[in-house]
Formats: sequence, structure tokens, C-alpha cells
Amino acid sequence: MGKVKKSPWVLHYDGSSCNGCDIEVLACLTPVYDAERFGIINTGDPLQADIFLITGGINTQNKAVVEQLYDQMPRPKVVVAVGTCACTGGIFKECYNILGGADTTVPVDIYVPGCAARPQAIIDGLIQAIELFQKRSDKHDKIERRHKEEEERKAHDKVSGK
Amino acid sequence: MSIKAVISVIMYILLAPVAGGLMEGLDRKLSARMQGRIGPPILQPFYDLRKLMNKQVISVSVLQSSLLLCYLALMIFTGAIFFAGSDILMCLFVLTTASTFMYFAAVVTSSPYNTIASSRELIQIMTYEPAVLMAGVGFYLVAGTFSVAKIASSSTVMLTRMPGLFASFVLILLIKMRKSPFDVSTSHHAHQELVMGVKTEMGAQNLAIFTITEWYENAFLMGIVALFVVTSNPLSFVGAALLCAAVFFFLVLADNACARVKWGQMLKMTWLFTFFASGVNLLILMLIR
Repeated sequence: MGKVKKSPWVLHYDGSSCNGCDIEVLACLTPVYDAERFGIINTGDPLQADIFLITGGINTQNKAVVEQLYDQMPRPKVVVAVGTCACTGGIFKECYNILGGADTTVPVDIYVPGCAARPQAIIDGLIQAIELFQKRSDKHDKIERRHKEEEERKAHDKVSGK
Repeated sequence: MSIKAVISVIMYILLAPVAGGLMEGLDRKLSARMQGRIGPPILQPFYDLRKLMNKQVISVSVLQSSLLLCYLALMIFTGAIFFAGSDILMCLFVLTTASTFMYFAAVVTSSPYNTIASSRELIQIMTYEPAVLMAGVGFYLVAGTFSVAKIASSSTVMLTRMPGLFASFVLILLIKMRKSPFDVSTSHHAHQELVMGVKTEMGAQNLAIFTITEWYENAFLMGIVALFVVTSNPLSFVGAALLCAAVFFFLVLADNACARVKWGQMLKMTWLFTFFASGVNLLILMLIR
């Protein structure tokens, strides 16, 4: 229905990152890179977010948190894993408490490699995420419309006694 | 009600959201430029609104949407009273009622962030209310009437007789428009200690209703700012537009230059300023008359 890609709001969650990637994510919002020119807002509120940006690997303690954040985000939504750790587990992969990359817990759509990922790479990943967000939104609208049509048909059948 | 009043009410209902949205877009652009960034397009708030209408609705409480709709309806009603040229005191009371519905819409979700933020919202109402009411009384003392239409068609420029009341009204605009240093209950920017404050549990359409209501409110508040200058002289409308622009620039500048204060400091600073600036101004008006 509507163009939603002009307004992607990002929820940033730090898994077990060393904070290198987090600093680069914040650097994207500073005057040099200014991600807000694409309408990107760093919200911090899952209910209002469209893109879930995860840095760092998933450990046994934050698995539940990541799952809950993902579930709280309204559809359509896109997940971006930023940095080697979020992509595969990276240098911490063999640690006893690390489960691996973000895709062990939530379905990841876009992988942004790098240790730490550069702001240019992060913005590139976000732009791809925005395109996917628009595609999913169109699909979401189609499904909603089909549901509505089906309901209307059912109601119509009921009235006409079929 | 005259035809002119009906037309201005219809104009308000149709154009206030457009004006409010443009104001927010301009605000974000101006803020970005002040920070040395390019910033989002001016129409960004409308893009955000369109996106919000297309998202899945997750409601934490069934009551929230209806309470937010009451908030919207009362806010439109407030503006309608004002632009119809009716009683300004009545208008300010309905404004407070609207804010109360906003409080209920936040507190009904019983989330910890919302609970703290909505109690801060109540403190905000308590903080700005004296300045708002005193401004209303000030208009009465100068123009001899509470009627907006009569105040707007008087021959004196209100600002010259009530500068103190105007200054405290501009100060409380920082609270009403959720600008630093007084954005304690929610703000337009990332608000980490309370997530998004009163807006935390609002998503999709609910957030859209909240945003539109804020736009109506901001347009109405700018109307009151204009009332300080508007007289029977048509040229005064130019002055009013200039004053609104200056006040808007001041609000954005303060938002970018100040850090948020604690609610206690907000209460003390605002009440002290209101007490002296507005109080002395009212005293002078009463004694000179």
C-alpha cells in the first residue's frame, strides 16, 4: 500500500559485543555519516522499531532477551546482524557461554561483516534492509487484504445461507 | 457563531496537522543543521506517519486506543474553541482535560516505564498550569474580556502590556512541546532511561494518533503566541508570524543547547520564573488599571 521505506526506525541491541561495533553504529548517526538523512531513527523501543540491529554474539543469558525483543516488534520487520560476532560468533565462537551468531536465535536477513564493521558497511547493510522492509510491507499488505476479502466472502456466504 | 468563525474552525481542523507536521519537519532539519548534519527531509514526519499506519497493531491495553482518540478529540475541540474566537479560559481548561486523557492513555498499560513517565507527565501539567492560567488572566486585565475574538480585535498589542506573562508562556512552551531542558516525560529523541517515556507502549496506529494530536496542540499553542501580537490592524498578522518564527527558533535552539534537568529542578525553575515574571506583570496590570 504505502511507501514505508522512507521511515525505517532502528532498534539497536548489543549482544555480547566488545563495544567496537556499537561505537561504529553510533558513528553512523554523527555528522560525518548522518544516517538520519534516510529517515533512520535510533529508537530503543521495540514496539516502534522496524529494523532490529544486533551487534555481538548470542550468549546463554541474552538469548531470551533477543527473542523477546524480536517478538515485541510489530510486522513487517527486518533483522540485521552487524559485525563478525553477530554474523558467526567470531572470536568468541568457542567460548562455553556463546551460542554463536544472531541467527542461532532470530531469523537474520542481512549480514554485515567486519571487526569492527565500518560505518560505510553498516549504512550499506541498512539500505539493503530498508529495501527488504518495503518488500515485506507490500507482502504484509497483500496478506492482510486477502484475509479481509476471505472474511467478507465468509460473511456474505453466511447471509446467503450457503 | 458567525460564518467567519465557522470557516476558521474548519481551516484549523484541516490545516493544523499540516502545519504541525511541517513544524516538526522543520524542527528536525534545523536541529540537524545546528549539529552539523544534513538531516532528514522536511516532509519526514509525514513519511513516518504513513509508515506507522501500515504497521501491525500491537495493543498492550484495549483501552489505550480509545483514550488516545479522546485525547485527539479534546485537542481538536480546544483548538476549535480558540479559533472560533470563543472564551480563552474555557479553552485552557479543555486543554488540561485533554492532557489528563494523555496521562490515562499512558498509565493504563501499567508498564514500569509508562508508570514513571506518566507521573512525570502529571508533574509537568502541574508545572505549566500556573503560567497558562496567568496568561489567560493577563489577557482579561488588558483587553477587559476573555473572548479570543475581542482580544484579537483590540487596538493594543498585548505583548507591550504583558511581556512578563509572555516570557513565562514561552518558557512553559518548552514543557508543552517536549523540548530540552524540560522534556522529562518523553522527548522526540532517543530517551534511554525511560525508553520513550509516555510513548513507550504506543506502536503503529496508536503512535500515529498521538503524533497527530501533538501536531494539533503545537499549532494551537502557536495560535496563542500569535494572540500576543494580533490587533485589529491587518499588518499585525505579519508581526504575529514573525513572533511565532522567533519563538519556534528559540525552542529548537534551547532543545539543542540544553541537557535535560530532573523534574524537581524543572518545577522549581518554572514556578520561580512564573512567580516573578508573571506575578509582577499581573500586579502592575492590576495596579495601573
